[in-house]
Amino acid sequence: MELKRVVVTGLGALTPIGKTVPEYWEGLVNGVSGAAPMTRFDTEKFKTKFACEVKNFVAEDYLEKKEARKLDPFVQYALVSTEEAVKDAGLDFTKLNTNRIGVIWGAGIGGLKTFLDEIMTFAKGDGTPRLNPFFIPKMIIDIAPGHISMKYGLRGPNFSCVSACASSTNALIDAYTYIKLGRADMIVSGGSEAILNEAGIGGFNAMHALSTRNDDPKTASRPFDKDRDGFVAGEGAGTIILEELEHAKARGAKIYAEIVGGGMSADANHITAPHPEGLGAKLVMQSALDDAGMKTTDIDYINVHGTSTPLGDISETTAIVNLFGEHAYKLNISSTKSMTGHLLGAAGAIESIACILAIQNGIIPPTINHFTDDPAIDQKLNLTFNKAQKRDIKVALSNTFGFGGHNASVIFKKYED
Amino acid sequence: MSDIASRVKAIIVEKLGVDEGEVTPEASFTNDLGADSLDTVELIMEFEKEFNVAIPDDQAETISTVGQAITYLEKNVK
Repeated sequence: MELKRVVVTGLGALTPIGKTVPEYWEGLVNGVSGAAPMTRFDTEKFKTKFACEVKNFVAEDYLEKKEARKLDPFVQYALVSTEEAVKDAGLDFTKLNTNRIGVIWGAGIGGLKTFLDEIMTFAKGDGTPRLNPFFIPKMIIDIAPGHISMKYGLRGPNFSCVSACASSTNALIDAYTYIKLGRADMIVSGGSEAILNEAGIGGFNAMHALSTRNDDPKTASRPFDKDRDGFVAGEGAGTIILEELEHAKARGAKIYAEIVGGGMSADANHITAPHPEGLGAKLVMQSALDDAGMKTTDIDYINVHGTSTPLGDISETTAIVNLFGEHAYKLNISSTKSMTGHLLGAAGAIESIACILAIQNGIIPPTINHFTDDPAIDQKLNLTFNKAQKRDIKVALSNTFGFGGHNASVIFKKYED
Repeated sequence: MSDIASRVKAIIVEKLGVDEGEVTPEASFTNDLGADSLDTVELIMEFEKEFNVAIPDDQAETISTVGQAITYLEKNVK
């Protein structure tokens, strides 16, 4: 069977540092932090009082009021970033075979706000289950791709991937694989997450996973810095339209980049702690290289998972050095979570967009907030601290790792005919 | 218009996102006001909450227009 080539033909982003792709990219290259005091709820009794919120988001600016009311924020975000991507790709679905166009989406948690609100209402009652009929269909993770399919009439493969913070990378890999195998012409992929509420922050605080640098939110996400103290929770969505190359050419589509490989592995170690030597991280990057038929020396840039947690950053850099050897020191590496915070299930989507735009623009977005070197991190690595760097990038790899020990990596390549 | 009727209409306008003018006594939730089966369930629950009554399922099934809702509530709300 002849395998198809798969290209990126549309992008959409709704992030804490920009509500469109151009704004997001401008934020990335200028080292803008999206962190600020929490506005969504009263954090007085919470250990962490800040986050990377999507700023001034009003659902009714994008969606009809009646429609917005029935959607959890993680679905609202998905529809907003997808609308941008559909327009960006110049898609007129009336002229395409929509039975061959799918939606494969990622979210790690899904409708947590809906769940919280409904259960609070139930808890305040007398035990009678007076639950809203939209409770379940608002909350479930697969409802995001469901709504996207309904909005545009897309009748191809449709489901969600769930692997915590690797979710949207798994979605991209599935989308890429189905197109490569000839099962679809185009797949709307990406991910969204919206957990900035009492349950999300309280839950991650209980795990000691979040930074508590309340006196200086903007410098709290500081991957690889000696004084990093946890991740900064973020929210938002990213949409990537993947399309079979000949299909894209036939309709004269703009091609951003080619997706050439996806890797998957598990740590098989601990529910939340990474493998100390980064075994799963090393395996997943190798798996992506194998899928792409590439060598370590083909990679120019790695957008790391790099969440700014004490253990995770060490294990990932250790894995890079172990796998790439001497070439590790020739790579550009950066964690754009230093700016966006951690979008959990949407992280893979927006960080893949960062890779795609880095290839297109020849610019590596930085790891901001570097103040003090950490002796546990190999200082010969170019972690692109504090300022964007210019570089001609042919191939970029994006890593994402999720609680549960799920690892997923994806490789994008400059498009050449 | 009775107090109950105006409160019923306000709920329908809010939940179904329709104009007040469309909410006539004859208007059917599903055929005229764009409600689906889940919207209808939600409307009944909102009526129960607003008027502090329990509407049994077999009764709820007989309420499919604005007028039927108002009549039912006028009879059953104390």
